[in-house]
Amino acid sequence: MLRFALQRLLSLAISLVVASLVIFFVIEVIPGDPAAYMLGMNAQPETVAALRRELGLDAGQMARYLTWVGGMLVGDFGTSYTYRVPVSDLVLARLGVSLPLTLYALLLSTAIAFPVGLIAAARRGSRLDAGIMGATQLGIAIPNFWFAMLLVLVFAISLQWFSAGGFPGWDRGFWINIKALTLPAVALALPQASILARVMRSAVIETLGQDYIRTARAKGLSQRQSVLRHALRNALIPVLTIIGLQFAFLLAGAIIIENVFFLPGLGRLIFQAITQRDLIVVESVVMLLVFAVILVTFLVDLAYAAADPRLRRRGA
Amino acid sequence: MSLIRVENLSLDIHGTPILRDVSFDIAPGRVFGLVGESGSGKSMTSLALMKLLPDGATRAGRALMDGRDLFALDEGAMCGLRGNDIGMIFQEPMTALNPVRTIGDQVAETLVIHGAARRAEALEIARAKLDRVGLDGTRFPLDRYPHELSGGQRQRVCIAMAIALRPRLLIADEPTTALDVTTQAQILDLLRGLVAEEGMSLLLITHDLAVVAGLADHVAVMQSGKIVEQGPTEALFRRRAHPYTRALFAASAHRPARVPTARPDRLLEVAGLRRSYALPRRTLFGPAPRMEAVRGVSFALHKGESLGLVGESGCGKSTLTRAILGLEAVQAGHIRLQGQTPISPIMPKPARAAMQVVFQDPYGSFNPRWRVARLVAEPFHLLPEWPKDARARVEQALSEVGLTPADADKYIHEFSGGQRQRIAIARALINRPDLSVLDEAVSALDVRVRAQILDLLARLQESHGLGYLFISHDLHVVRAITDRVMVMQAGEIVEEGATEDVFANPRHPYTRQLIAATPVIPAAWMKEPVDAPVV
Amino acid sequence: MRRAPLTLWIGAALTGVFALAAVLSLLWTPYDVTAMNIGARLQAPNAQHWFGTDHFGRDVLSMIMVGARISIAVAVVAVGMGMVLGVPLGLLAAANRGGLVDEVIMRGNDLIFAFPALVIAILITAVFGPSAVNAIIAIGIFNTPVFARVARGGALSLWTLDYIRAAEVSGKGKLRISAEHILPNIANLLIVQGTIQFSLGILAEAALSYVGLGAQPPMPSWGRMLAEAQTMISFAPHLAILPGLAIVLTVLGLNLMGDGLRDSLDPKLRRAR
Repeated sequence: MLRFALQRLLSLAISLVVASLVIFFVIEVIPGDPAAYMLGMNAQPETVAALRRELGLDAGQMARYLTWVGGMLVGDFGTSYTYRVPVSDLVLARLGVSLPLTLYALLLSTAIAFPVGLIAAARRGSRLDAGIMGATQLGIAIPNFWFAMLLVLVFAISLQWFSAGGFPGWDRGFWINIKALTLPAVALALPQASILARVMRSAVIETLGQDYIRTARAKGLSQRQSVLRHALRNALIPVLTIIGLQFAFLLAGAIIIENVFFLPGLGRLIFQAITQRDLIVVESVVMLLVFAVILVTFLVDLAYAAADPRLRRRGA
Repeated sequence: MSLIRVENLSLDIHGTPILRDVSFDIAPGRVFGLVGESGSGKSMTSLALMKLLPDGATRAGRALMDGRDLFALDEGAMCGLRGNDIGMIFQEPMTALNPVRTIGDQVAETLVIHGAARRAEALEIARAKLDRVGLDGTRFPLDRYPHELSGGQRQRVCIAMAIALRPRLLIADEPTTALDVTTQAQILDLLRGLVAEEGMSLLLITHDLAVVAGLADHVAVMQSGKIVEQGPTEALFRRRAHPYTRALFAASAHRPARVPTARPDRLLEVAGLRRSYALPRRTLFGPAPRMEAVRGVSFALHKGESLGLVGESGCGKSTLTRAILGLEAVQAGHIRLQGQTPISPIMPKPARAAMQVVFQDPYGSFNPRWRVARLVAEPFHLLPEWPKDARARVEQALSEVGLTPADADKYIHEFSGGQRQRIAIARALINRPDLSVLDEAVSALDVRVRAQILDLLARLQESHGLGYLFISHDLHVVRAITDRVMVMQAGEIVEEGATEDVFANPRHPYTRQLIAATPVIPAAWMKEPVDAPVV
Repeated sequence: MRRAPLTLWIGAALTGVFALAAVLSLLWTPYDVTAMNIGARLQAPNAQHWFGTDHFGRDVLSMIMVGARISIAVAVVAVGMGMVLGVPLGLLAAANRGGLVDEVIMRGNDLIFAFPALVIAILITAVFGPSAVNAIIAIGIFNTPVFARVARGGALSLWTLDYIRAAEVSGKGKLRISAEHILPNIANLLIVQGTIQFSLGILAEAALSYVGLGAQPPMPSWGRMLAEAQTMISFAPHLAILPGLAIVLTVLGLNLMGDGLRDSLDPKLRRAR
């Protein structure tokens, strides 16, 4: 198990290095002179030169890459050109909104999808199953940001149960912020829960057709017992893959949906940075997002090994 | 006095008749054999007894056990009965165990689920049961997972699971079909011992007459969902009253009439062949250990000769076959066909034309989207140019294997397993090769179809002067179709000689072990029945 | 008995309506989508404007028709790009299964999976500025490893079959076998995956346009219509509801069609019938 974890850790490190190279190449090499690009066509040559010095563009590309990566390792993401503050301060504050929102949505999605998928599989072919399948079919087709707008229309504007947007800040208490994140999290979670419930259903149905379920029935387990004791853990393996993929979707979704609820998250930061051509901020936030996705993939791999003994090798 | 009495069991699945009026009795402590070809309904009979039939099944008849009709019991009562009064093991041990739970856990579950023991106690009993089926505690602790065990070992776990509560009836559905012959002999011994010691009855379902002959007290022969004949095993096998039983016997003992066609010229020459594979590394930076699949194999096959290669799974015969077909690079040694270019994955195309192959699986051997004409013509690709009379040659090849020219325009799904194997032979012969490699070519076929294909192979060998390399795990078949035989074990040829010599006087201990493990019908039973009806 | 693939027909009908609207918009729309008419602004659906008008007085039905064109075009091209790049890579990886080429392709795949479509779009837009073409490229890059994986998975199971051995014994090389034997037999899988990616592409295009990384003004697109409607949602909800419904129905249609196709193309299901 330890060996497996080390192997995955190594591949995580390699992925991060390659991803950082790709991001560095796109942001700092393709534009030619990033300083000139950031300042636009009408910039004074002196301003450009000043920015070039500030960004350390006189150094070679390899040296600049190493400085950037080395900085990130100690938490130094550089200084935002537009805000004139360290990027790490900007990002950290915004992350406090985007990450809780993503995790909240992931939790909701899983909590909804597991029982729904399981019930649909257990009652395969029934009206309940048909109803669930129809509802999830619709859920998959709904864009989360549009669903968010409908939620605002109903629960904030008409019923006034929730405020239409904004975020009080974590210094104002836990529950008030959770309440502010609830509508966005529901909007994010329901479409993903639809996908997950369908995956869960088909995974359980697939395992129910396996020989070892027949063996379990021949031992005297009821249909229900064989689902709970044998099918569920095997079905979890494909479901885990989807949960891992959903994290990336939900993170991207969170960034988009912040627009609907005026949440001060990474989304607002990065879209402003794009319009202001603040490449330093774009570069750092993108790296952070990619890091989060790669980290979750690593965690899913470990969860795999915990769920499936065939992946850990005895004595190795 | 019978333990279980089945009366007029009939079964339909989605309106298709599967079983018709099946009736039999199983006596306590006795072995009841149910034999028949694939699709005869023997597995469905056992699933009907367990009430584990697929959706859409409708059933009629009764199954009486202790005066209760199993078919009338509700699902709750059946759950109490399964695993407790009736245990069952299945054909495919590789998939019969839950891959994510330990073997101890799975054996103990039988006890826990029926409330026979608490978990700690159940694990102790599980240990004892695993010991009983030959899996000792030092090599097979309870926390082993199924993937760490071989097929035979997994089947033992399944047996331990099924007998944990000492059921009065054990149903074994083709319990040894997926296993090697020496493993099969051990599992059959184990079953025989369990019946004797635990006093339980065994319903043994198999396609193999010899297995039944060695184990069953009573036997029933099934054909198309009906029992055509049943009775005490020896009496029934000696008499063979029903024409179907007679046909099965004739086919399983069938040996095609062969005219020796071997000539002294060497056709295929294999010298000092070695092939090993890298295994996963054990330490992070150490050298990867290697698995030697083929360890210095040398032999020659003569023109028109039929040479057998027997061995159990993992002995290296698949790797050797792939190397001979030029699909696999080797590390040492060489293979030559008619003394020409060495065979290898990079050999020129025309050099391949002298050799073709027939595989085991009649279902995976053909691209489902191509018509037979295109399938059979595929080896023309080896010729310098596509023959102008391609269509005529395809039709001729189809005729030679007993099909019609019109079959060329059909798709492969329109043919049965035996017909597909004929098409595979037609494809192998289309270029008039000198050597045909038959890789388990009749292993997947039912016994009557197998007899026909063996006849066809013998006839083609005689008319075309073909050399055969006949690879099989089935000793009966190899004995019927080859002139010479080689026995392979752990990557080496351990014995080689004229087929009849090797079978009559095996010299190597492994050959002796193989022959001893192969179930046979006692020769005395095989004599022509005295009161044979005229067929 | 052959079950009529009902979902297939419903899905095809829904998709067909929007495809037709998109094609029709090339020739004719009820109103000119660039013509502003402040006098007729923010009308609820009525006899002249079936779907109402927006804050510039533009006809919403016309905008939705043109938006369908953008959505479908972006998704189709992005799926095509994913297939053209991904399928050969997947086939190549499967043909060299276990080898270095396979390893490199699969690791490359994993790497692209770490970049969600939105992040790719952000990267491209940061350097080249927003446009529909960049949205296509972002979604197309995102699609590539999906098709590579599906193609490889399907091909791997075929490479174990004996008819591939027979083709090898007939002297056929890996490329030829991939083209003659493998590709036709995984076409089903690819078609079904294609419909899934198509619907995901529509959703992704809408999301990118919504945050301003997709089609730019004055070209109407469903995502941008929603972005503009957001501030007016309390007094002109039709502006937010109708384009969203268009997205939902198109995606639903494609998904139903995909399910129906899978059921009627899957040989396992067909045999069971």
